[in-house]
Amino acid sequence: MIRWDWIGRNLDDIGALTGEHLLLTGIAVAAGLVVSLGLSAIALRFRKTYAPITWVTGILYTIPSLALFAFLVPITGLSILTAEIGLVSYTLLILIRNIVAGIDGVPPAIKEAADAMGYTRRHRLWAVEIPLALPVIVAGIRIATVTTIGLVTVTSLIGQGGLGALILRGLGTFYSPIGTTQIIVGTVLSVILAVAADVSLAFAERVLTPWARRREAAA
Amino acid sequence: MGSRPPYPRSFAPAVLSPLQSLRSLGGTGRLARVSDVMISLRHVSKTFPGGTAPAVGDLSLDVPRGEIVVLVGPSGCGKTTTLKMINRLIEPTSGEIYVDGELATSVEAHLLRRKIGYVIQQIGLFPHRTIAENIATVPTLVGWDEQRIAERVTELIELVGLEPEMADRYPAELSGGQQQRVGVARALAADPPVLLMDEPFGAVDPIVRSKLQEELLALQDRLRKTIVFVTHDIDEAIRLGNRVAILNVGGVLEQYASPAEILAEPANDFVAEFLGSDRGLKRLSLIPISTVDLDPGPVVAPGGTVEEARRVMERYGTDWFAVVDGDRMLGWLTEDDLRGAATVPRSGRRFRAWLTRSSSLREALDAIVSGRTTMAAVFDGDRYLGMIDVDTISREIVR
Repeated sequence: MIRWDWIGRNLDDIGALTGEHLLLTGIAVAAGLVVSLGLSAIALRFRKTYAPITWVTGILYTIPSLALFAFLVPITGLSILTAEIGLVSYTLLILIRNIVAGIDGVPPAIKEAADAMGYTRRHRLWAVEIPLALPVIVAGIRIATVTTIGLVTVTSLIGQGGLGALILRGLGTFYSPIGTTQIIVGTVLSVILAVAADVSLAFAERVLTPWARRREAAA
Repeated sequence: MGSRPPYPRSFAPAVLSPLQSLRSLGGTGRLARVSDVMISLRHVSKTFPGGTAPAVGDLSLDVPRGEIVVLVGPSGCGKTTTLKMINRLIEPTSGEIYVDGELATSVEAHLLRRKIGYVIQQIGLFPHRTIAENIATVPTLVGWDEQRIAERVTELIELVGLEPEMADRYPAELSGGQQQRVGVARALAADPPVLLMDEPFGAVDPIVRSKLQEELLALQDRLRKTIVFVTHDIDEAIRLGNRVAILNVGGVLEQYASPAEILAEPANDFVAEFLGSDRGLKRLSLIPISTVDLDPGPVVAPGGTVEEARRVMERYGTDWFAVVDGDRMLGWLTEDDLRGAATVPRSGRRFRAWLTRSSSLREALDAIVSGRTTMAAVFDGDRYLGMIDVDTISREIVR
């Protein structure tokens, strides 16, 4: 059923689409993280803003992706910008919730000690709170990344899409043997991408938080 | 029932540490006469938002340079609030605080805090940093070079009695007592003149606590920091403080004096009640044996007659006597040991408890009571000085 010969002939194309898929995901998660860190900093500094921030990002999260793109195309066109606006807005809720929860979870005594040692508020955030919140923040990044890898395929509808473009092309052939191969290749590769990204982020977390592992060993 | 030999079954520390001896020297004389004030609170008050009564109301207090001042009182007395106002973790509602002659609010809070060490009960070590990195916190913040920081960390790890190989471990790999030593090292790292300690030994078991207290005093003998120490434990306050400030609910200062003065003359009923009914016993722990007169005790020189030994025992109402040659204590004997002997031999059973001149009267009392006798032998090294008896001690309690 799978046309291996087609795969063999189109390896370059498949590779380019996979790269595009990763790029779209990477940009979305990175931009999402920057925006989320900013909004989280505001939410942490001014507690009253946390509820409105989660409402807005929560509403963004519930808008169907297709509807969001349909809404954006008249404004930003069939561009990578349109795709990224959509992808980034879906990462915000997850990332902000995990950043705020992670930093809230830092024990008060540690924050007090940091203050008493003479950290400024901002320095304390970067040097103490964010490192300690890292396991929770990374957990959020993993969910956001896996979700985004799936969502990128939808952006094929607005002319982007990475591996999604392959799936869309396959659909357009009404399940011809080559079309079916395209669908399967696009699907399998995006699943592999998601698993690989998740595993490498988990590994990165272990490398970044050696103290957490030692605690397990000591316990 | 006759008295028994002056050795306790479970005895007071046979050899007292130099630190204890030093501490015991001179009840009120312990207060160094320095007019130099390190921390000064002037009419300080704090009312928390939403609070009806002030947590601290109009408190004035001077902390002399190089002394340990203990703030002690029941919960709600504002002792921790007072402490945290010194390094501005809590800002006073009114009043002024001077640290080393400067108004605390004249510099930015984080700069002020880098000159004030801080140790808390929950320790608050940074779990993501190694012991060495934790200790290096303030030196790093104030911008010491790496070489200097590394040397200081090594020095401090040794100073607080940790093993050098602990430097690269994480806090979670250490015991509670070890973690608190790291907490003290971290507070001392940039050599701040002032140390604030908020119930630092409250969460460790009594044996470790006692050891940490002893270490703190030994450290203080070397470093002469100005320390403000908060506790709810009056015994800890008496043991550690050069001065003790007894606070009542609402930050009312009921008495501020040396432990000996407070125990001898509680300012009012609140203080007396807070000190507890064993105030007399507590006082004894501050009075060294060297301040009281010793009795020669039931002693007989070797070669003395059995008759003489019997007379001595009768006079002292004991069923034992000590064999003493000049100032050498050879041991103790009972009447039974003399059966069939013509003279007192040059030997006897070894004394197991050795009180020294710097032991406290409380330790002496403990030795006597645990030995089920009425007197205990006091030595200066190997030299026998005399006996201290229960009557002498009880006279000191009521004095």
